[in-house]
Amino acid sequence: MDILISSIVAGLLIGMALALVALGLTIIFGVMDIVNFAHGEFLMIGMYTGLFTAQSTGMDPLLTLPLAALVGFLLGVLCYAGFVRFLLRGPMVAQLLGTFGLMLLLRNIALLIFGSEDRALHHGILVGKSFDVGMEIILPATKLAAAGLSILAFGAVWLFMKKTRIGKALTATALNRQAASYMGIPAERMNALAWGIGVSSVTIAGALLVNFWSVNPYVGLLFTMIAFAIVALGGFGSVPGALFAGLVVGLITEIPGFWDFLTLAFSAEWMENVPMTSFKYMWVYVAYFVIMVVRPRGLFGWKY
Amino acid sequence: MDKMLLEIENLVVKYGGLPVLQGVCLAVKTGETVCVLGSNGAGKSTLLRAVMGSQRATAGKIIFEEEEIQGSRTEYIVRKGIVYVPEGKMLFGPLPVEENLLLGAYILRDEKAVARNLEFVYGLFPRLLERRNQPASTLSGGEQQMVAIGRGLMSNPRLLMLDEPSLGLAPLLVDEVLSTVHSLKRQGMTILLVEQSVREALDLADRGYVLQTGRITGQGTGSELLQSDIFRSAFLGI
Ligand SMILES: Nc1ncnc2c1ncn2[C@@H]1O[C@H](COP(=O)(O)OP(=O)(O)OP(=O)(O)O)[C@@H](O)[C@H]1O
Ligand SMILES: [Mg+2]
Repeated sequence: MDILISSIVAGLLIGMALALVALGLTIIFGVMDIVNFAHGEFLMIGMYTGLFTAQSTGMDPLLTLPLAALVGFLLGVLCYAGFVRFLLRGPMVAQLLGTFGLMLLLRNIALLIFGSEDRALHHGILVGKSFDVGMEIILPATKLAAAGLSILAFGAVWLFMKKTRIGKALTATALNRQAASYMGIPAERMNALAWGIGVSSVTIAGALLVNFWSVNPYVGLLFTMIAFAIVALGGFGSVPGALFAGLVVGLITEIPGFWDFLTLAFSAEWMENVPMTSFKYMWVYVAYFVIMVVRPRGLFGWKY
Repeated sequence: MDKMLLEIENLVVKYGGLPVLQGVCLAVKTGETVCVLGSNGAGKSTLLRAVMGSQRATAGKIIFEEEEIQGSRTEYIVRKGIVYVPEGKMLFGPLPVEENLLLGAYILRDEKAVARNLEFVYGLFPRLLERRNQPASTLSGGEQQMVAIGRGLMSNPRLLMLDEPSLGLAPLLVDEVLSTVHSLKRQGMTILLVEQSVREALDLADRGYVLQTGRITGQGTGSELLQSDIFRSAFLGI
């Protein structure tokens, strides 16, 4: 039983960080109906930003978050103004291929600068520490902090969208771009803002994840796929949906550890050669396909 | 003579090479209520969208308060004081009624003015006050039209353009919506109205234009139009 509880706890913790990873994707999609294949590459950039800032300044990795957020915001606005804006004039397929190209570009720039090796953080107040909360549940401090700060960042973005004048204008643009422009809401600036916020939330997530996840130029793909699954599960463009689906996906990826435990407990021979953890991302896509078949608009329906 | 608020000169709009407006001329003076009549597909909505800058014109001029606004961005045109209440309402469906109204006041920074306008809109449509916290999409068609008009009024427009506000409403609600337009007119609002309910629109308006397949084929006061041959053949089938 304990291993189940600890799987659930681990799943929820990672799920909170994954929700933040997906948040930016859902915001960008919600505001301008564009699927950003380079999403995971922005996460990679956030990870490198956190890693190198921490290593070169000796700062604690957690203190690099504001910098990661700033880098992400500027990068997002720049990508929109210098590239994505032009894609919007073309057909849908131009947008797909365009952000796909952006993904390849960013990945190869990273490869050129950083090389292909894995890099990990080895210092920081939280790195390597953990809390034993009893019942055999051990919480690694880095994951706990990443989860907590993810929720905080997620909540901040959500409040911004709900409560501020600009955030409401962004929400209105996501709901009905044409109508929003008739209210005098500047559509171009809202697009740039969506890219700024979307990319900055994923670079924050990157700077949090790098505390316990090593980074290389290829790390983005896995997270792009996970973020796609989360956004599809939670409903395209839905912010609360991203949180909920992030937690679901976190649970799905961690609970197979529990099945390994079952394998051992029942010493089922046929299961022994198939460690379930190595399939943990498969379950995410199984869930994704089930939802797409049963409820194609996602658990939370269409936009908010 | 009153000052011209909006002047449209020889406006041409094409959709993929196909001309939809073929040299439309139209003018609205300050304080006037002008209606544009025309059957389905005549180009009425296209005309209003061109004024808003959400539909690009191929040729012609659009002048608002002596400034050429053709080619400007929609947000600039809204700030100049033109508000468009679109065909089909285009509400922010999942958001509460009040949030919809407040978004209409996006360009106003003065919170007191926003509060005053909100009170004015609730005075105009008391039903919206009852439903202020309800998602706009859950309202009836008539109530949604009230939200759309109310949202348009929230930014103190100098010109209110209404695109078929009575479309799809039950006769009783048509009267209600149009009588609200009437009371706005009495309060001095300048209104450009597109309608298919011909008689009601002519009762309401000071002047009318007839738009047929992208051309203005007639204009005049309500009684002038009702007597003109072209109008009678186009709309009354006489
Ligand atoms: N986005 C578009 N692309 C191509 N053609 C369009 C587009 N919008 C409108 N049209 C065409 O332009 C013509 C005029 O359309 P418009 O919507 O302005 O007519 P309308 O007078 O408002 O009609 P209704 O009374 O049905 O609202 C129609 O023939 C329509 O099919
Ligand atoms: Mg129309």
